[in-house]
Amino acid sequence: MSAIAESIFTPELAARFDKLVTIYPLKRSALVPMLLYAQDEIGYVSDAAVAEIAQRLDLLELDVRNVLSYYSMLRTVPAGKYNVQVCTNISCMLRGGFELLQHCKDTLHIGHKGVTPDGLFSLEEVECIGACCWAPAVQVNYDFHEDLTPAKMDAVLDIYRAKAKTNGGEAK
Amino acid sequence: MPTLVSHPDEVKVISRRFGTGAADIEKYIEQDGYKAAQMALENGPEWILNTMKASGLRGRGGAGFPTGMKWSFVPKESAKPKYVLVNGDESEPGTCKDHVIFLHDPHAVIEGTMIAGLAIGAKMGFIYLRGEYRYLLNIVEKAVADAYAKGFLGKNIFGKEGVDFDIITQTGAGAYEVGEESALMESLEGKRGVPRIKPPFPAVVGLYGGPTVINNAETIAAAPHILLMGGEAYAKLGSERNGGTRLFGISGHVERPGVYELPMGYSMRKAIYDVAGGIKGGKKLKAVVPGGASCPVLRADEIDVGLDFDQMAKAGTMLGSGGIVVLDETVSIVEFALRTIRFYQHESCGWCIPCREGTDWIKKTLTRFHAGGGNKKDIDNIQYLAENMMGRTFCPLGDAAAMPTLGFVKKFRKEFEEYLEGARVEHPLIQIQPVGEPELAGAH
Repeated sequence: MSAIAESIFTPELAARFDKLVTIYPLKRSALVPMLLYAQDEIGYVSDAAVAEIAQRLDLLELDVRNVLSYYSMLRTVPAGKYNVQVCTNISCMLRGGFELLQHCKDTLHIGHKGVTPDGLFSLEEVECIGACCWAPAVQVNYDFHEDLTPAKMDAVLDIYRAKAKTNGGEAK
Repeated sequence: MPTLVSHPDEVKVISRRFGTGAADIEKYIEQDGYKAAQMALENGPEWILNTMKASGLRGRGGAGFPTGMKWSFVPKESAKPKYVLVNGDESEPGTCKDHVIFLHDPHAVIEGTMIAGLAIGAKMGFIYLRGEYRYLLNIVEKAVADAYAKGFLGKNIFGKEGVDFDIITQTGAGAYEVGEESALMESLEGKRGVPRIKPPFPAVVGLYGGPTVINNAETIAAAPHILLMGGEAYAKLGSERNGGTRLFGISGHVERPGVYELPMGYSMRKAIYDVAGGIKGGKKLKAVVPGGASCPVLRADEIDVGLDFDQMAKAGTMLGSGGIVVLDETVSIVEFALRTIRFYQHESCGWCIPCREGTDWIKKTLTRFHAGGGNKKDIDNIQYLAENMMGRTFCPLGDAAAMPTLGFVKKFRKEFEEYLEGARVEHPLIQIQPVGEPELAGAH
């Protein structure tokens, strides 16, 4: 039974949030993780998620939005089911990060922050993701793919296409 | 999965358990795991501080502040609870060493956190990982749970009455600025990651207003090894006033990029040409960014320098976070400088005006310059802007943006001038478009 009567989150996540607000010396410390975990479940941080998180932490929705707008991983609009994040920062740039980004734009037919019409992929050019020694690197959602070439990138995208099929056909 | 690399010149201290499955607590215990924490528990804070001071360990996050001294600044008596904070928000471009530590030896970070806690009298520690490192957060969280199950964490640790220590793991959500210590505390308190003015320093007023020790994850992971081998023995591995070894991430145009553990003071030339296998494809070296993107660039003729904090400072640059980025002769410095400032412009939190405006104007000027609309005055202007950012911000991000910019325009001024005259080496594919503009405008 969640601390919130009618949680918009799954019972698992609601239970996790119930616990999360109790572990810190100040419960507001749970805010950034909660926003990220909410996004993991819903796909973005929705208005309803902001409202519930504010309620759980005794904050104004304004306080929550103020923090939400600061962090680059948090978004208020849906991304694709698989968010392809191509690093073009210095180490990746030297080993073909920009070519990889261009390749993704060409094959997915979307630009930076774009979403494919079927909702399967979105594309993002990101800053350093901490995989410099295995560059160029890409993160698809939270999975790292390293030492890539355009051909290897195609294979990576195919893995996710196959995954989407086995997970019940169309992406949501 | 990051590939593990190895070279005979490596001195493996922090990396000695890499590749042995030490993320598993049993494997970790087999390899002297949690012995150092028990030694720390028996011998007390004074002994820990003395050993850490003798080790000559200096902060691996980039500033190079002596760790033992930092810990000793925390007042013994405090009305507010004290905290240990581990900075795993590794975001400096060119740096991926903490990534490998969390992956291969998460218990070393946990044990190091306990040791720091015992040294300063804290009962709680936080391990903060950047949001992108979710798979590593899962590994660290499991390691913490395993340590609780063994009774190493929680109430009465190692069965010792009255000694409690808890660890909370925390994820960020994407912000370079949060790697700065006071901004990290703000983030951990559930706020925007903007820096605090210093003084007061974290050792006096830190997280939740309590005295706080905040260290880079690699610094913390070194602590158990230092207690096991003794401070003097660790110090001897490195160069004068630069104790021990550190993880160097060598990336860019080298044959064998990777994270290598080398003694402090090791030759940069050897690190590039021997350890990392030399320049990729037999090309010529052009320049090296020696310690992450914020460190001023070195020309190819300047790399006969020892990799420690003092020798690098003497060479006019910094050891930083140990991320050595190697550029071959094909790289356009104009383009590289633009990519670098574009990063800092994107990551400036906007709190201090010199940084917010300075990074933006340098980026705008360089973008126009790179696109072919530059003139000679731009080069002076970029230098002027960067010089006026230095030392004028709450946190070091302003400096971190200004220093490499100054390095590029001062050391490669000729290349900027030649670029104006059409001697361009830009890559046709690369049209550097600012991240966050304008397509991002609708996303938030």
